[in-house]
Amino acid sequence: MSWDTVIGLEIHVQLATKTKIFSGASTAYGAEPNTQACAIDLAMPGTLPVLNKQAVNYAIMFGLAIDAEIGQVSAFERKNYFYPDLPKGYQTTQLEKPIVGRGNVEIQLADGSTKNVRIHHAHLEEDAGKSLHEGNFSSKFSGIDLNRAGTPLIEIVSEPDMNNAEEAIAFAKKIHSIVTSLGICDGEMSQGSMRFDVNVSVKPSGTDILGTRTETKNLNSFKFMEEAIKREVERQIDVIEDGGAIVQETRLYNGETKVARSMRSKEEANDYRYFPCPDLLPVIVSDEQVAELRRNLPELPDARQARFTQQYNLSDYDAGILSSDAAMAKYFEAAASTCSDAKLAANWTIGELSARLNSEDLSITNSPVSAQQLAGLITRIADNSISGKMAKEVFEGIWAGEGSADEIIEARGLKQVSDSGALEQMVADVLAANQTMVDDYINTDEAKRKKKLGGFMGQIMKASKGQANPQQVNQILAKKLNELL
Amino acid sequence: MSIERQEIEKLATLSRIAINESTITEVSQRLSSVLGLVDQLQAVNTEGVDAMSHPMQATQRLREDEVTELNQREALQATAPETEDGLFLVPKVIE
Repeated sequence: MSWDTVIGLEIHVQLATKTKIFSGASTAYGAEPNTQACAIDLAMPGTLPVLNKQAVNYAIMFGLAIDAEIGQVSAFERKNYFYPDLPKGYQTTQLEKPIVGRGNVEIQLADGSTKNVRIHHAHLEEDAGKSLHEGNFSSKFSGIDLNRAGTPLIEIVSEPDMNNAEEAIAFAKKIHSIVTSLGICDGEMSQGSMRFDVNVSVKPSGTDILGTRTETKNLNSFKFMEEAIKREVERQIDVIEDGGAIVQETRLYNGETKVARSMRSKEEANDYRYFPCPDLLPVIVSDEQVAELRRNLPELPDARQARFTQQYNLSDYDAGILSSDAAMAKYFEAAASTCSDAKLAANWTIGELSARLNSEDLSITNSPVSAQQLAGLITRIADNSISGKMAKEVFEGIWAGEGSADEIIEARGLKQVSDSGALEQMVADVLAANQTMVDDYINTDEAKRKKKLGGFMGQIMKASKGQANPQQVNQILAKKLNELL
Repeated sequence: MSIERQEIEKLATLSRIAINESTITEVSQRLSSVLGLVDQLQAVNTEGVDAMSHPMQATQRLREDEVTELNQREALQATAPETEDGLFLVPKVIE
């Protein structure tokens, strides 16, 4: 029997505001525990929340980017549950009147096709604090750090419009691309700036009735998300084919052990006793405010991709990769505009640079090689000063902080020899020193002679310590050997 | 409408409130009388009336996104029963 998979996502996006959603405490990442948790974040008696204007604006910007209705009147509810990293005993969130209504996101798939994923809504809410279960304290305790408590989030809820892991990942990456392009989220997944909850169910192929779904919570990387979805789909099919039934439950996936376990089943939780938050009045969004935000909306990934293909003459594929990440797009444009060879700038940004950043787990904003330095390197490749092989060596030098491309080429004596007089002499010397090879070449059938060229090339490149321009040597060599025939 | 003993126990669990066995009957009666009030309200015809999230005809004022609350950890942790390395300590919450 074959099965269809149905996937919906809930995405928590931390908004890049300077302060909390309801207090003036800083949201900067990595501070000492509880140094950014003020009386409001700690739920001290007598405190009242005051909503952050920028958080509201950021949420509206997301709504505009996905072509959604913006709630002119939106309101906050209390979602009640008990956990020590939630000091108030409730999360202030939106249920009945979210700020962002229905919208649409188009995703591109590997086979070149596109698919529309509907957004059910997106709402504003506050993040909880963090519980630490190991530390410099007795094992009877858990340690609570409330620096994150009250950090503004938008929770983006999709319709169950995805049918496999690839589509879910493409959607998640598109949302990442949109929010970073808007500048409303820093997109740092390793710092928890985006977290994904995945709802998965399976049903017999071709049928309409949805199966029971499970929710796997708090995935913070695309890789873990893909693994978690694939494993959950397999698990559900196994359970059903063995005659069992899927239990509606919340699961946690451990990316290191690659094992998911049940966190809680539906009946013992999710009784959140929502009610309107009496501390917050309805939020009114004016038409003028929306129009103003729409006018100043930054370039979105799809528009940028189209511009890159036109302005820099890049392939759809290259333009797609470069434009999906706002920081990468900015880097590429800085490099391309200083080196005048956009295609090379694109290749190096997507290729060598990205690979190196990935292997060192660095983001492009922290790249040891600046866009200007890369442009300097590309200029020397484009004007044939250095070969592709030397370029990699120079790149490593720049990465290691040895200076600019020109400084490294000079210091290491890497300059490619493109002077035709010098090259002619070099070729002539090698031919004179290798008479046996020359005779062998002349006595070989014409059809097979081409293969013999490699031997000469090797000798010449060796003689030049790898600095001869290979294309030019090739031409000169062919010409000189022809003269001997 | 009356509220069953079982529901009282469930609400107490969700709210992490200990209710003494001897007071359950009393709590049940009190909550039931509140629900009686709600029943009366629900009998009113509200067709065409928008749900009200707040009784005042006012709208939320917004705050500029500027840091106004600086580190006051020492003062705020002075009343906490247990702290270590800047963390609040609570009874272990994971099995």
